[in-house]
Amino acid sequence: MKRLLVLGAGTAGTMVVNRLRPKLDEGEWTITIVDEEEIHYYQPGFLFIPFGALDPADVVKATREFVHDGVEVVHAGVELVDPENNTVTLADGRTLEYDELVIATGTRTRPDQTEGLLESGWRDTIHDFYTFDGAVALHDKLRTWEGGRLVVNIMEMPFKCPVAPMEFSFLADAFFREKGMRDRVELVYVTPLDAVFTKPIAAEHLSHLLDEKGVHVETDFYVEHVEPGKLVSYDEREVPFDLLVTIPVHMGAEFVAKSGLGDELNHVPVDKHNFQSKKFANVWAIGDAADLPTSKAGSVAHFSVDVFAVNFVEHVHGRPMPEKFDGHAICFVETGNDKGLMIDFNYETEPLPGKYPIPKIGPFSLLEESKINHMGKMAFRWAYWNVLLPGRPMPMPAHLTMAGKYQSEGA
Amino acid sequence: MATVNVAGHDIDVNEEGFLTNPAQWDEEVAVQLAEQIGIDELTDDHWKVIKFLRADYADQGETAQLRRTSTMSGVGTKELYVLFPKKPAKKMAYVAGLPKPKGCV
Repeated sequence: MKRLLVLGAGTAGTMVVNRLRPKLDEGEWTITIVDEEEIHYYQPGFLFIPFGALDPADVVKATREFVHDGVEVVHAGVELVDPENNTVTLADGRTLEYDELVIATGTRTRPDQTEGLLESGWRDTIHDFYTFDGAVALHDKLRTWEGGRLVVNIMEMPFKCPVAPMEFSFLADAFFREKGMRDRVELVYVTPLDAVFTKPIAAEHLSHLLDEKGVHVETDFYVEHVEPGKLVSYDEREVPFDLLVTIPVHMGAEFVAKSGLGDELNHVPVDKHNFQSKKFANVWAIGDAADLPTSKAGSVAHFSVDVFAVNFVEHVHGRPMPEKFDGHAICFVETGNDKGLMIDFNYETEPLPGKYPIPKIGPFSLLEESKINHMGKMAFRWAYWNVLLPGRPMPMPAHLTMAGKYQSEGA
Repeated sequence: MATVNVAGHDIDVNEEGFLTNPAQWDEEVAVQLAEQIGIDELTDDHWKVIKFLRADYADQGETAQLRRTSTMSGVGTKELYVLFPKKPAKKMAYVAGLPKPKGCV
């Protein structure tokens, strides 16, 4: 018997095992998935918790519920991968052997990586919404907050869901308006980038929206350390805050670094078209754990698994891998007041305006606010639990399509 | 896209002035590019960073970001801000004749 070992039962890992189980002969392959968490979080829902638009209970389910029969689930942390000997040591001391290894342990916020962040009012005047606990704590804070200067800041690139901090700002604007206290809140968006988004056309649309909603933007601000009530950058600028909502440095799992499989942020360097480790032919990394030069986002994990599942089966039968991942990402961007916009892009094509066609559901408008985009985002939670994680087909192609998009002349 | 003459070499640059072909770069070009953005002298520390960036690009096919550069070149982030003031990530890529770092979306 051969063993496919998948580390991490998040979006990518769960989809990998569920897609591959029916494709790999049960007499030939065992599939094992390892995760220390027994709870699967719907991470896109964290954004809504601070504003009371989703309840904490809406975003949690048992991991085991989503893993198909015929897949062994091991609840344990991962200590070390020994890729020379094809073994993984678990935190409880057990050793698992593998023939093929998929690393899908994602990326996590590391507030400890910024000097002073945890010591200057963490969970008091400093909050985050990228963790379940953080989102819930921020909800409690916002309920009674009396106003002041609210700063949303990004510590480092890359981070998960690159539009979420902007969405947070849009939703905060709407939230304080509804509470009748918008005039008592100053909203500031602080980024280490030279624009609000990495791709120019989308950056222009989004910065216009931030402007419209009265969010002041501070660019090129790379935080060196945090003091009570202020951010200080490497070039010695300061941004004061009454309430900081931070997106901390993101890093991959510690075992990735210890096993010599990571880059400077513990993300695994892989071939960006097929997810194969650059060092070991039977090691793969998929989802946020990989160092792909595209968004760390659920949609990327989803489209990656579409490609990976096809390729992997061919590969283990000694045939060439037919598919190439193009870096495709789709993000619904909440803009407040029950509206949203959508962006669709890949390694080569930046987000463009136009329409995104989905049979029977769409079209969604790209880079432009509409109610249906918001409805799409809210309905997606159902699709995530019931279609995506179980590995059923979604009516969206893995690769970017140009249908419906406008390109300016000469582009 | 345009072709400009720098230090006696014809080099291809994009609309922001970044070289589009890293092979057209050499150390004389670097000195000129640095001058154009107000860095009058390239010190040993500048060269340490530039050489790291060139080697890393050849290896990875992407321009290193600040954290990668500070972790792997041994020149700290604070120091990078002194060497390439205000916008070190962009400026050091510019002088090294490499594409502007992508920021990784």
